[in-house]
Amino acid sequence: MTNSVQLTDVKKAFNGHEVIKGVSLEVKKGELVVFVGPSGCGKSTLLRLIAGLDTPTSGEIHISGKDVTYAHPSKRGVAMVFQSYALYPHMTVADNIAFALKIQGLPRAEIEAKVAEVAEILQLTALLRRRPKALSGGQRQRVAIGRAIVRQPDVFLFDEPLSNLDASLRGQMRVEIARLHARLGATSVYVTHDQVEAMTLADKIVVLNGGHIEQVGSPMELYRRPANLFVARFIGSPNMNVLTAKLKGATADRVMLETPQGEITIPRTGVRAEAGAEVRLGLRPENLHIVSDGQAAVLRGGVLRGHVVLVERLGGETFAYVALLGFDQEPVIIKLSGEADLHTHQEVALAMDADRAHLFDVAGLALGQAVGGDHV
Amino acid sequence: MWPGWRSVRLWGAIMYNNRLIGSLYIVPFIIGFLLFTAFPFVASFVLSLTDARLQDQLGAANFTGLANYGEMAGDATFQKSLGVTFFYVFVTVPLKLAFALFIAVVLNFKLRGIGFFRTAFYLPSILGGSVAIAVVWRFVFAGDGLINQALGAVGFGGVNWLGEPDTAMFSIVLLRLWQFGSAMVVFLAGLKAIPEDLYEAADLDGASRFKQFWMITLPLLTPVLFFNFIMQIVQAFQEFNGPYIITAGGPLKSSYLLPLMIYEEAFKYFNLGYSSALSWVLFVIIAIFTAVAFWSQKHWVFYAQERDDQKGGH
Repeated sequence: MTNSVQLTDVKKAFNGHEVIKGVSLEVKKGELVVFVGPSGCGKSTLLRLIAGLDTPTSGEIHISGKDVTYAHPSKRGVAMVFQSYALYPHMTVADNIAFALKIQGLPRAEIEAKVAEVAEILQLTALLRRRPKALSGGQRQRVAIGRAIVRQPDVFLFDEPLSNLDASLRGQMRVEIARLHARLGATSVYVTHDQVEAMTLADKIVVLNGGHIEQVGSPMELYRRPANLFVARFIGSPNMNVLTAKLKGATADRVMLETPQGEITIPRTGVRAEAGAEVRLGLRPENLHIVSDGQAAVLRGGVLRGHVVLVERLGGETFAYVALLGFDQEPVIIKLSGEADLHTHQEVALAMDADRAHLFDVAGLALGQAVGGDHV
Repeated sequence: MWPGWRSVRLWGAIMYNNRLIGSLYIVPFIIGFLLFTAFPFVASFVLSLTDARLQDQLGAANFTGLANYGEMAGDATFQKSLGVTFFYVFVTVPLKLAFALFIAVVLNFKLRGIGFFRTAFYLPSILGGSVAIAVVWRFVFAGDGLINQALGAVGFGGVNWLGEPDTAMFSIVLLRLWQFGSAMVVFLAGLKAIPEDLYEAADLDGASRFKQFWMITLPLLTPVLFFNFIMQIVQAFQEFNGPYIITAGGPLKSSYLLPLMIYEEAFKYFNLGYSSALSWVLFVIIAIFTAVAFWSQKHWVFYAQERDDQKGGH
């Protein structure tokens, strides 16, 4: 049995309003799967269905091979870390961690040993006698994780566990969770709206939108080969630039596009040409580069011209917003080095990594495949 | 002259007038407080040290020191009343708190139409223990009252509710329990303040509903429980309408609560001095109970905020 969690056509409606619209999914043993999506996409509801805090309207949920669709939360072998941590405020850290074991009626000595062990792992030993109010956000987070670990569940469920922490602490806890997962190797389902968390933590990302799965894949798969425009825009920061163009023609391994700045050719296979069809050209900020006029002249096709409307300097890197000549749309964002010599109103020529370009039809579905060896 | 001077003076005038107006607004309360609370408070203490009688001029009263208080030691009626009062408080307060909490827990369930039941269960408390309700109570428990009629209809003999010492007390205890609404509403607010995810976490941890109540709900409800406890203690010691209207303290002084005795001493037997002394004894009893409750709270009341801030240091 390699599937730890299996969802089969799970649907959930609240008051007749369907929020989960038929989700099927497999989580393998030991995998850390991240549900990611905008708020209201159903990712937390899906997690609650796995936890048993809600019951699906239809469909089946199996955990470790057992049908738990209607099983009580405590009978599923899952432990959950809540967004609010849900620590019992009147109990000490030790009592919080020990609560489930006490309910199970384990002998006192065994409980104490297990609590001590978990506290050791999470560096909570010095805090065991404190109450949650006397802890910092990061410490509370660790107690919540400790409460989950101590039960040695088959599956860990994390519901946006880092969203209540400030930015620097969030990064720190993210690393801790990654290390913990590497150490325990436990199957985990992790919900977040933060695509950075998804990219850095996940073995497998599930992108949810409007109650259905947009795409499932490893972080780099989703980054390199988004199945649709939604995933392309959601994964990656800053967001992918999307330009509107017209399909002019296609050969076996390249596609010609008509843009307000002339023709652009990108290498791509498997695109069925339907001349004149409107398409979306997706370009990640790091795949656009500023080139000198001399280089632009050499490159000819595939150069986009525009002027800089805003420069954001983050220190290590710089983001420039460039309004493209003739394109009636938002400025594109390009990612530059921290020292990039650039100023507002400057006229620039942009070269693109054409082999890293993405192409979507009007409905948002990816067209064809990129050419070359960047398989992931 | 500095040009801003005029506006400063104007501002000063407005502020002065505002203080005047503000003071005027609170005058009615001040007068009421002085006249009906502060003055009787002081006066009753002074009177309790005299042999003042209601029908005499106050000037005729003699200072008797603590004689009134000493008299209580040999006053069988007082001792009977004191015992009855303690019984009444010790029975009604826990029962009422338990009942109010039970109903609050039930009304906290997420059920269809629960709002209607919340309103319905609060209704008795709007009617409360007023004189009118007490009169109704008397009719209900009377020999040919509603309860006996109902018992008769199903073949039971009637009970002389107000004529027997045990059942007379029962009827006024019930009148207090029926006013469980305000305590219930406070409990309900307390229950609603407990985050839902604590119960979800407990569900995952495998705690039954029963265990969740004892291990999560009750500890987190202790501040509210404490508040209700104090309020109920204070109110129960001062119960007057029930015994006055329904049982007249009888039979055999079996429902002769201290407030009723205070009233009768003053306005039936005209012993103003002795009555005042009784009031002060009641006041001290209530104060002691309240003080003990406050002292005890550090052992059983859980405050999420303050206590942990204190403990945070070590």
